[in-house]
Amino acid sequence: MTYVSAGERRPVLAVERETAPAGRFSTGAGRPRTRRRLGPGPAIPFGLQIGPALLVVIWTLGSAFGLIDPRILPAPWTVIATFGTLIADGRLQSNFLTSSVRAILGLSTGIVIGTALAVIAGLSRVGEALIDGPIQIKRAVPTLALIPLLILWLGIGETMKVTIITLAVIVPIYIHTHNALRSIDNRYVELAETVRMSSRDFLREVVLPGALPGFLLGLRFAVTLCWVSLVVVEQINATSGLGYMIELARTYGQTEIILVGLVVYAILGLASDGLVRLIERKLLSWRRTLAS
Amino acid sequence: MAPNPGKLNAVEVRGLTRRFGSTTILDGVDLDIAQGEFVALLGKSGSGKSTFLRALAELDHDVQGTGTIATPEKLSVVFQDARLLPWRNVIQNVTLGLSGAAGQEAGRRALAEVGLAGREDAWPIQLSGGEQQRVALARSLVRDPALLLADEPFGALDALTRLKMHDLLRELCARHKPAVLLVTHDVDEAISLADRILVLDRGRFIEDLKIELPAPRDHADPRFAQVRTHLLNRLGVEVPGRRAA
Repeated sequence: MTYVSAGERRPVLAVERETAPAGRFSTGAGRPRTRRRLGPGPAIPFGLQIGPALLVVIWTLGSAFGLIDPRILPAPWTVIATFGTLIADGRLQSNFLTSSVRAILGLSTGIVIGTALAVIAGLSRVGEALIDGPIQIKRAVPTLALIPLLILWLGIGETMKVTIITLAVIVPIYIHTHNALRSIDNRYVELAETVRMSSRDFLREVVLPGALPGFLLGLRFAVTLCWVSLVVVEQINATSGLGYMIELARTYGQTEIILVGLVVYAILGLASDGLVRLIERKLLSWRRTLAS
Repeated sequence: MAPNPGKLNAVEVRGLTRRFGSTTILDGVDLDIAQGEFVALLGKSGSGKSTFLRALAELDHDVQGTGTIATPEKLSVVFQDARLLPWRNVIQNVTLGLSGAAGQEAGRRALAEVGLAGREDAWPIQLSGGEQQRVALARSLVRDPALLLADEPFGALDALTRLKMHDLLRELCARHKPAVLLVTHDVDEAISLADRILVLDRGRFIEDLKIELPAPRDHADPRFAQVRTHLLNRLGVEVPGRRAA
C-alpha cells in the first residue's frame, strides 16, 4: 500500500508551530535588548476588538446626532429594543430553532458523507476512480445553482433545504480530508508494515489521525458554507427560519429586524468557528505542546 | 557469504539481485547470519547497503530482482529517523500493533530498559533526537525480535549521543540476543559493536571480517586501529601511515 508516489515524500503535516517568542537577551536591566527591526512589531492588547468597537462608536454617535437616517440604519438602541420585542413574542426563538435544526441536520449529514467518501477514495484506487471525478465536477458547479433542479426533484420543503446544505458541506470536507489522506507520509506506511499492523489498526493508528488536521480544516470551511447556504435557502420559498424573518422584514421595510437577523448570523458564524477551533485544539494537542 | 558451520542461521540469503531500471544495485549476493550474531554492513553511499536491508525487511515492493531470502518471523526494523507517530504518545508508539494489558506491560519494561521510564505519556515532539531514537529501540525490542535490522540508526544523532547509544545497543543486544544487521557508514561504530563486518561494494560483498577484539573495545587499542585502517582501505579511503605506537 503506497499513498504517496516514490520520491514525493511530503511530511504528513506542515506542523504549524507557533513561533516561539523572540529570545530575550536581557542586559543588566532585565529588559529586552532590541526590538525586531522587520515585521509588524509586538501585538497591541485587545487589537482585534479595536476595529469593531470603533465601528459601533461611529454608528452610535451617528445615530445620536441624527447623521444616519434610521430608515437606512436604525440606531443601536432600536436594534436592541427590537431584539427584546422579538424574544418577548417568541418569534426570534422559534425561527432560530428552525434554522438551527436545518443547519445541524445538513452539516452532520454532509460531514458523514464527505468523510466516508474521502476515506473510500483515499484508501482504494477503485474508490478514487469512482468518487473523485464526480466530486470535482460537483465542486465546479456552485451548490446554489442546483436549487432549481432540487426544487423540481424534492419540492420546496425541508428535504430540499437540508439537501442543499448537505451538498455544500460535502465538498470542503471531502477535498481536505482526501488531500490529507493522500499526503500521509510514506514512511509511516513502511513503519506500519514493519510492525505488522492489521488493516484495522493501520486505519485507526495512522490513517485517521494523520488525516485529522485536514478534516478539521475542511470542517471550518464547511461550517461557513453551511451558514451561507442556510441564508439562501431560507430566503427562497421558506415560511420559517431566520432567513424568512429577514425576508419578511424587507417586504415591510423593517430595517431593525433585518439588523437583528444579521447580528444573530454573525454570532452564529463566530461561535461555530470558535467551536471548531476549540475542537481542533483539543484533538491536535500533540502538536501544540511546545507552543503552550 | 561463508556459511556458519554448526550454528543455526537467523538469516539465509541466496543469489539476491536487485535492480533499479538498468542499474544493478545488488549482484547475486549470498549471506548467512547466525542466531544472535551482530553483523555490521559497511559501504560507500550508493553501494547498495540500504537496498540490502530493505530487501530483508520486505520493504522493497517496487524493486525488481531475484533471489531467496529466509528471515525469522519475529523481525524488527530501526530506521535512521526514529519514525514515531507524532499523534501518539511514547507508550502508544512503543506498543504499536500490540494489544492488551500484556503489551502495555511489555512496553513499559522496554521503555525502562532504554532509560525512559516515566516518559510514557510524553509526545514525541517533546523528546530530544536521542530520546526519540531510544523510543524507536524500545519499539523494536518489545516485539522480542530474532532479527533486528538497523539502517544507520544513529546517523542523525550528535557524536556524544551516538556514543551513549552504542553502549545502550550493546547492552540490549547482550541481554536479548537477537541477530543484528547494522547498516552504517561509520567504521568505528561497526568495529566497536559488531562480531563480524561486511563491506559491500558495487553490489557485492568484498570483505567478511570476524572481529575478535575483547569487549569493551578500546579505540586506542592498536588492533582496533589496524582493523580500522584495513576497512578504510577496503572502502577506498587512503589512510596515512600510522605513527609508531
